[in-house]
Amino acid sequence: MKLSQTLGKSLWAFLFNSGSCNGCEIESVACATPRYDIERFGMKVVGSPRHADVLLISGPVTRKMAPRLRRVYEQMPEPRIVVCVGTCGTSGGAFYDSYTLVGPVDQVVPVDMYVPGCPPRPEAIIDGVVKVLARLEAKENAAS
Amino acid sequence: MNATTLLLTATGTLGLAIFGLLAGLWFMGIDRVLAARMQARIGPPIRQPFIDMAKLMVKQNVVPANAIPWLFNGAPLLALASAITILLYIPMAALPGLPVLNLHGDLVLIMYLLLIPGLAMVAGGLSSGSPYATIGAQREMVTMIAYELPLASTIIAFAWKLAQLDVATPFSLASVAATPIWTLVGPVGFMGLLLLLATMILVAPGELGRIPFDAPEAETEIAGGLLVEYSGRNLALFSLSLAVKTIVVTALIVGLFFPWNFTDIVAITCCPFLAAGANILFFLLKLFVVLFFSVTLIRISVARFRITQVVDVYWKVLGALSIVGLILVMVDARI
Repeated sequence: MKLSQTLGKSLWAFLFNSGSCNGCEIESVACATPRYDIERFGMKVVGSPRHADVLLISGPVTRKMAPRLRRVYEQMPEPRIVVCVGTCGTSGGAFYDSYTLVGPVDQVVPVDMYVPGCPPRPEAIIDGVVKVLARLEAKENAAS
Repeated sequence: MNATTLLLTATGTLGLAIFGLLAGLWFMGIDRVLAARMQARIGPPIRQPFIDMAKLMVKQNVVPANAIPWLFNGAPLLALASAITILLYIPMAALPGLPVLNLHGDLVLIMYLLLIPGLAMVAGGLSSGSPYATIGAQREMVTMIAYELPLASTIIAFAWKLAQLDVATPFSLASVAATPIWTLVGPVGFMGLLLLLATMILVAPGELGRIPFDAPEAETEIAGGLLVEYSGRNLALFSLSLAVKTIVVTALIVGLFFPWNFTDIVAITCCPFLAAGANILFFLLKLFVVLFFSVTLIRISVARFRITQVVDVYWKVLGALSIVGLILVMVDARI
């Protein structure tokens, strides 16, 4: 059985704040509200990285959070998808040259999809997750 | 036990296991859709729990470095197996041959068996070596101790009433199902039974670890609690055991309080298969009604209790309520 067939209809996401201002968290959580209702697509937010398929990371990675982010990423079961939400995680944003930062998210863990915006709208976050799924499926088809 | 009964028991067990898993997952899907509709959302498709299980089965199954592997992997199997075992003791829809182990167990055994899936989760949580799971395991133990009192006093009320009427096996769920308890009492006892029904409706979410009694799994506070380290196949097995347990607990409430069959209300004499089919559909409808009021409606209406409040609610409020109900049933027999 191909994983992407079921994975696409049952994505469980874990939110990780690596030093964000909470703007991206508010928009990510808004995806679960009645207006956007990601449960329509079988997605839900879970409380443990062990249950998760998607790691939604928001914010630039601070020195304190870098080892924790690495650890949470390693705790996720394969296959794992990493989506970086917001400008800060993509490039460092307004804090790009801060002495407290290790750098953007992709300096610490491999990222599958970037969702730009400060903060991005909930539609954009859902779109990013769906696009990364399409890529995963294409990769699986190429391998088989 | 000769070969034929052994074969029948084995077939019955297999059939009930499949029924429990399918119906349980289906009811969980209905529960999620109804919950979504009550929150003005559209919600997932009803088959969503099946998709989730299929996904979890093919995901990686991580065993943490700190865990005790045999216990960590064994606990989900024990939880599922014990949940299916309880199904063998519960009469359903007046079907012939059910309960499969009719002569071997009663309500007291069901009460103890209901603890085993919870205890398996505790064992799994403690063996996973995570501090969150340890907190969750302690909370699960406390919750189990808490809901035992109201559950036990409800069952005592039934057994006392049947024993008073000189029924041969007062603790057997089959004799409870054969004589609907509401027909045995007067108005005072009726009030008592209503209190006992309310108690059981509120014990069910505790048994199933649903909001407001889901402090052991509290995903926003202790990151999934007992299940924090579980992934892949093991997590799927725990979800399946929860699905089967949903059927068990609702079927227990139906068996205790609403044992009527469709054929008791509308006589179907033309053919036995039609009658059995109508009975099964009516039984599923009863399960759905109980599930709606005791799980879906409650979990949407209220927030999560802290663990101290769980104990307060179960011991002080529901404990008192069920004992008052028991006393009313007893007083009813004197007047």
